[in-house]
Amino acid sequence: MTTQTETLPTTACATCPAFNSAQLRKLGINTEDWDYVVALAGNPNTGKSTVFNALTGLRQHVGNWPGKTVARAEGGFRYDDANYKLVDLPGTYSLLSTSVDEEIARDFILFGQPDVTIVVVDATRLERNLNLCLQILEITDRVVVALNLMDEANRHGLKVDERHLMRQLGVPVVPMVARRGEGIPELLNAVRQVVRGEFAVRPHRIQYRDSQIENAVHNLAAQLDARFPGLPNARWVALRLLEGDESIERALTEGTLGDLQRGEAIKSQNERMTMGVVGYGD
Amino acid sequence: MATDGSANDILQTATQLRAQIGGEQYHDKLMEAIYTDAAQIADQSVSREGQRARLGFDQLLDQALTHRIFGFIVMGLMLLGVFWLTIAGANVPSAMLADFLLGAVYNFLHQVATALSFPLWLSGLLIDGIYLATAWVISVMLPPMAIFFPLFTLLEDFGYLPRVAFNLDRLFHKAGAHGKQSLSMMMGFGCNAAGVIATRIIDSPRERLIAIITNNFSICNGRWPTLILMGTIFIGATAPPALASFFAAASVVTIAVIGIFVTLLVSAFLSRSWLKGEASVYSLELPPYRPPRILQTLYTSIIDRTLIVLWRAVTMAAPAGAVIWLSSNIYIGDASIAGHLVNLLNPVGMLLGLNGVILVAYIVAIPANEIVIPTILMLTLTLGRNIAGAQAGVMMELDEGQVYTVLTQVGGWTLLTAVNLMLFSLLHNPCSTTILTIWKETKNVRWTVVATILPIVLGVGVTFTTATIARLLGWV
Repeated sequence: MTTQTETLPTTACATCPAFNSAQLRKLGINTEDWDYVVALAGNPNTGKSTVFNALTGLRQHVGNWPGKTVARAEGGFRYDDANYKLVDLPGTYSLLSTSVDEEIARDFILFGQPDVTIVVVDATRLERNLNLCLQILEITDRVVVALNLMDEANRHGLKVDERHLMRQLGVPVVPMVARRGEGIPELLNAVRQVVRGEFAVRPHRIQYRDSQIENAVHNLAAQLDARFPGLPNARWVALRLLEGDESIERALTEGTLGDLQRGEAIKSQNERMTMGVVGYGD
Repeated sequence: MATDGSANDILQTATQLRAQIGGEQYHDKLMEAIYTDAAQIADQSVSREGQRARLGFDQLLDQALTHRIFGFIVMGLMLLGVFWLTIAGANVPSAMLADFLLGAVYNFLHQVATALSFPLWLSGLLIDGIYLATAWVISVMLPPMAIFFPLFTLLEDFGYLPRVAFNLDRLFHKAGAHGKQSLSMMMGFGCNAAGVIATRIIDSPRERLIAIITNNFSICNGRWPTLILMGTIFIGATAPPALASFFAAASVVTIAVIGIFVTLLVSAFLSRSWLKGEASVYSLELPPYRPPRILQTLYTSIIDRTLIVLWRAVTMAAPAGAVIWLSSNIYIGDASIAGHLVNLLNPVGMLLGLNGVILVAYIVAIPANEIVIPTILMLTLTLGRNIAGAQAGVMMELDEGQVYTVLTQVGGWTLLTAVNLMLFSLLHNPCSTTILTIWKETKNVRWTVVATILPIVLGVGVTFTTATIARLLGWV
């Protein structure tokens, strides 16, 4: 269990504004009156639940095997005078397939419209983890990348240039060892910056390198924009419609998609999703 | 192009454009684009320096633990070790807890009741019913669970479970099921309801149904105590004292392994009959071995897992204790309600090498398997009171030796009863929570019924067979 003291700044950091202005208060399962919703996404077995526990003080069971979290778990924390609701999503390798756990993760990122999505990335398997990260960046640009398992990367002789990664992805990248609570203060700071719009995100856009696809996406996205002005991810919706994704087609005809532009999807989505939340301790 | 922008127009445009960009290839092109970008970024951001010493060690360990033959031997030894430690380690604390809760506290409560001049029915209901059932659950379950959970969690934390899944993958593939079923099966060894939810990682509906229906063949928390107790007092007792714990552990492992075989057999049957199809290909990631955090594991597995499971058992046991006490003390004609029920089911129970009490216990325990043993003990004692000439409250101080005496002398149990109870514990309907979860996950009444009934049919078939064989050979 990460204790409170580990996440607090040491005296050496006291002069740094990023550290001394803020304190983390773990709120456990108390998620009432939240100001911001934060989603935790990432590949299986990268330490999402560990980050979740470190931030909320909850003890969501953590296991060293992929596919442990298949339902959403929710918790809360208070940081710098704002209440955050944290949602731990099932680990997935992609958001394009049809298994229930991937659908839960994708639907929440799309329809739940979290204020920030923390993508927990395994530093020792960066390439495969980036596949998911890039897909999430297509849906939302309010992303913080938690570059976890840095200790294992070091042990394997891997050196990850997080500054380069940050420039490439266009969102904050925070190196971490979540198991030992390292990087949690920096992560909180990055989340706050994105929430307040203090970090100018310039998310990476996937290049399809195929003029036909680019044209089709462009046309369809334009039509979506005309119908739903302010839709935050018209390009991604267009991509899914082109593939004939049934759940997105349904969202379009049933009007759920239209709610996204007005930010109303959160409520109805939360109501719908609570049905899917199951509270098993292990 | 239509631009008035209604939803259907957008869908229409999408369909048109999809035809232009060549349907099938589109998905591949998307994936390719994502992979290319990811590879490029990763390549530029990561540099390698130094030796890959740890990686070498991991690979060496993997070669051993996932070896075709050796892997299975390690698996067997690992299971045996875990249960041996559980059974050998739980003996003393179990006896101490029983002495305390069923002896000292029980007697004290009766003294208090007498001092406050409680009417007999009230002290009976509260102390012999509710308290006793709860105390039994705690003394039977707490010590083994407090040892078993941390051990299991340590293995999990270390990264051993995915290797087990890897080993079993080949077998599941042969059974026409999804390899990831081994993961949901592992989850089922904790709780079947959680195991059923864990099947969400399987994307083919056919294979997911197979995984859901067979999850019940993983022994769950509620059933381990039954197996451990039976293994200890009946199977272990047949061995020389020095080997007793070992025999007991081996019998528990045998039941768990039979469970895995039944899982594979039923999966193979389903994938060749009602749920025909090919096994899909998937990739299973073997996570790195991580040094387990021992103190943290001890803390979380005792506080979270053990106590949560125990609490669930206690909340189920308390009302069950009241129901059992009432039903065995309210008389209709010449027998109590429970007596009538037991007499009614006794012929069937005997045919299966069990008895009426056990079958009634399994009906009472539909909400939670944890209360099977307390129910059996209470019913055996109260119904057998007259036979044994014992008064309620005299024989409550049950340590394991006395449990054995009660079951054999009062209940008329034999080794066959114990073995068949272990088999029936593996092969019977899922608990009500699991049934509800199956329905929630499948939204299909038919499959929920199949998942509920199929194990009972198997259980009846298997116990009937073993009972018949044992009787034909004159063992009982």
